[in-house]
Amino acid sequence: MSDEKSTEPVQILLTPVELDYTYSAGVSASRFLNAMAEGKLLGQRCPVDGRVYFPTRGSCPQHGVPIEGEPVELADKGTIVTYSINRVPSENIDLELPYAAIQVLLDGADTVLMHVLGETSIDDVHMGMRVEAVWKPREEWDTSVGNIKYFRANGEPDAPFESYKEHI
Amino acid sequence: MRDVAVVAFTQSDSVRRAFDRNEVEILIPVIHELKQNVGFGNEDIDFICSGSSDYLAGQSFAFVAGLDAVGAWPPVSESHVEMDGAWAFYEAWVKIQMGYAETALVYGFGKPSMGDLPEVMALQLDPYVLTPLWPDAVSMAALQARLCLEQGVTSEREMAEIAVRDRKNAISNPYAQVKGEGDPAALLEEPYLVSPLRKHDCSPISDGASAMILAAGDRARELCERPAWIRIIEHICEPQDLGVRDLTRSRSTEIAAEKSGATSDKIDVAELYGPFTHQEALLQRALGLGDATNVNPSGGALAANPMMAAGLTRIGEAAKRVWDGSADRAVAHATSGPCLQQNLVCVLEGN
Repeated sequence: MSDEKSTEPVQILLTPVELDYTYSAGVSASRFLNAMAEGKLLGQRCPVDGRVYFPTRGSCPQHGVPIEGEPVELADKGTIVTYSINRVPSENIDLELPYAAIQVLLDGADTVLMHVLGETSIDDVHMGMRVEAVWKPREEWDTSVGNIKYFRANGEPDAPFESYKEHI
Repeated sequence: MRDVAVVAFTQSDSVRRAFDRNEVEILIPVIHELKQNVGFGNEDIDFICSGSSDYLAGQSFAFVAGLDAVGAWPPVSESHVEMDGAWAFYEAWVKIQMGYAETALVYGFGKPSMGDLPEVMALQLDPYVLTPLWPDAVSMAALQARLCLEQGVTSEREMAEIAVRDRKNAISNPYAQVKGEGDPAALLEEPYLVSPLRKHDCSPISDGASAMILAAGDRARELCERPAWIRIIEHICEPQDLGVRDLTRSRSTEIAAEKSGATSDKIDVAELYGPFTHQEALLQRALGLGDATNVNPSGGALAANPMMAAGLTRIGEAAKRVWDGSADRAVAHATSGPCLQQNLVCVLEGN
């Protein structure tokens, strides 16, 4: 009997792993996040070709050079370069389904920001649509990109494809 | 075998806590300085290999962000080892030996200050019978040190002398973290940290990074006046179970030394990755090092121990001695795993 028991396969072994880490977002991301808390959108310019990365980052991933210059403040409006209609609920997003997930090229930036579209019918969303940020009430601002509640159509004429074709 | 050499090397300062910078920001200036030193753009690099650990970063695929420091657009040929950069160095060397690359960029980086390093190291142990007990890395090294002392392999006095030697050597190393003159007798007055280890027996916890360029044949000669030619790299691993190993010697280092021929000729400089003083003593014996060899002119890991980079840094520091002519033949060593489980031996020559 005991032999049979001792050769029974052990199928579950619980070995909980709990480790604490103290993170630093880093110099570059900290600068971006601190600016977000003041309602500012910061990008940074690659010293080689002048492309503006948003958010700020410590290096240009294309040229592999450090980006150390002063940040560039960007407008809180831009152009939708691509989108998707989302019908999958997420407890972290306070929007009615379906909603549009969008990639926005902020005016003055060369990289896109992923966000959501609000106050705008999903039947209207399209590439080239001009949008503006809708911010949460100021008292709710934090060091978070979530300070922007969503983007909404701002009524400007569509941006021509040529103006964003390098960024899709 | 192809002639492949270490032609450039850079490193960050080793610091106890790089508070404001993340791992990638530690790495960025190191890679940038390295490329500038050899006038390289990404188009000059055929292969990139890095060593780091997600467990130190506390997040999965943390190494991918490291590529931001290199620049990976247009796409690059790249690989990563979840090990010290010394093993990334080995992979790059193999890649060049096989003819797939003429040049390679190798780097290692880590920011262990984010977590509790001795605890994090428990995750490399047997997950069924050892990790659930959470033996921390210092305690495991202390068990080994006790064995070595009881069997007369080393002495607390010799261990203190090793600490004094390395800290003294580190005075001339601007990147080192623990340095200065010391007196073995005074160190032996200090209390035990984890008996029989005192603080000076343990390497510091360091945030840092290092990086190097390898090149083959004439490319190496173009880039470096006196390249540090990699004659051989051997790495040997012992079992995970401490109970089946002889912890009072480093058998894997002995075998790697023998197979590589490292000990068959004079060794001018040896850079050893001994995270604890008694382990340095074991490594010196495994490599048969005597007075003719300058051991750890950089101060070794006892002066600066950036996890995942410290092994690669041993190779870089050994290469520096070949470049400046102070060594014709240098041996670099790297270790991984608890109590010197896995060991790499590399022979570098100036001619």
